[in-house]
Amino acid sequence: MLALDVKNLNKKYGNFQLENVSLQLEKGYIMGFIGANGAGKTTTIKSILNLIQVDSGEINILGKNAIEHEMELKQEIGFSFGGTDYYTRSKIKTLTNVIKRFYHNWDDETYYNYLKKFKLDENKKIIQLSMGMKVKYSLALALSHGAKILILDEPTSGLDPVARGELLTIFQELIEPGEISILFSTHITSDLEKCADYITFIHNGKIINSSEKEDFINSYRLLNGKESQLFEVKDQLISYNVNSFGFTGLIHTKDFDPSSNIKSTLPNLEDIMIYVSKKEEMYV
Amino acid sequence: MNIALSNTSEKPIYQQLFEQISAQILKDELESGYSLPPIRQAAVELGISIITVKKAWEELERSGLIYTVTGKGCFVAELSPDERLQKRNEMIIKQMGDSASYYKSFGVTIEEVIELLKKIY
Repeated sequence: MLALDVKNLNKKYGNFQLENVSLQLEKGYIMGFIGANGAGKTTTIKSILNLIQVDSGEINILGKNAIEHEMELKQEIGFSFGGTDYYTRSKIKTLTNVIKRFYHNWDDETYYNYLKKFKLDENKKIIQLSMGMKVKYSLALALSHGAKILILDEPTSGLDPVARGELLTIFQELIEPGEISILFSTHITSDLEKCADYITFIHNGKIINSSEKEDFINSYRLLNGKESQLFEVKDQLISYNVNSFGFTGLIHTKDFDPSSNIKSTLPNLEDIMIYVSKKEEMYV
Repeated sequence: MNIALSNTSEKPIYQQLFEQISAQILKDELESGYSLPPIRQAAVELGISIITVKKAWEELERSGLIYTVTGKGCFVAELSPDERLQKRNEMIIKQMGDSASYYKSFGVTIEEVIELLKKIY
């Protein structure tokens, strides 16, 4: 079953537009949503949550149309936009008391278990929380109303490596039983190398690729060769760099002849992001 | 079962998993009927994605090293010593193929390769 099914979203702002954005997230898995700043990650996420109106397209969450069933689906969605930045002078306790009223399935016991697990003190004020604590607090809120799908915008940005690692482990533990699905956007691609099952890459409002992580990475090769070899592959390269040691470039695996003498390696997500973004500049 | 994964290795993680588990099965360190941990649990414990584990398990199944019982999990297959030897050789040969073309690119003869190999083995 699909936890999230986004089909052909289009949204035009002044000089930015989402173009036929589609992505599918299977229930019980983690999808990493990557792209540079301004690529359309937050716009896509806001469309999924119906916080902005799209021009066209369809979104189904847990098998139900996101607009027609908005109120009931919101009970099932946990979201966070990089932490809690409202009512910062209130105590956690006070804020939770306001928020929990909105959710029919709110469970105090679960909530206190997560506070304990995340080492959050409910008598602290929001303003006193670190970035990591704020993200954990928004996760605790999401999980205490039994959310089945977590949609998180940049949950790891601003966190130190220790806090990021901790959060990623929490994500993996959450999806282990197979009931919860997570979509999270990030531009820190190393977060995803390990824990993400699916990767969706958005660039300039268009989805470049959305697939299982291993297939995603395996569909590209990073080439390393002498400058004299460049002509052999130049036309197929997505983009490339030339320096005094030769050239480095990214190519679609299907366009590369493995019997060639040019050295090829598997790229990492960051390589893919950088070379694909560079492609645009080359044509400008 | 012992697993040590390296993030900096050229080999994809699922490949490393597959190779390490198959070596343990073929060396008879994991007996037939040994129950592999559930996919989702292994993913959390190894800190890798579910699909990566799934791929490794699928590859093991395709190679006839494990079998799946729906609802129960994956188990190490029953292999005769002959089968084990044959599968081991298949895997070694596969790996040697890559090295062989590398040696050839230097114009090294088979005798030289054997001599060199003896020095490090």
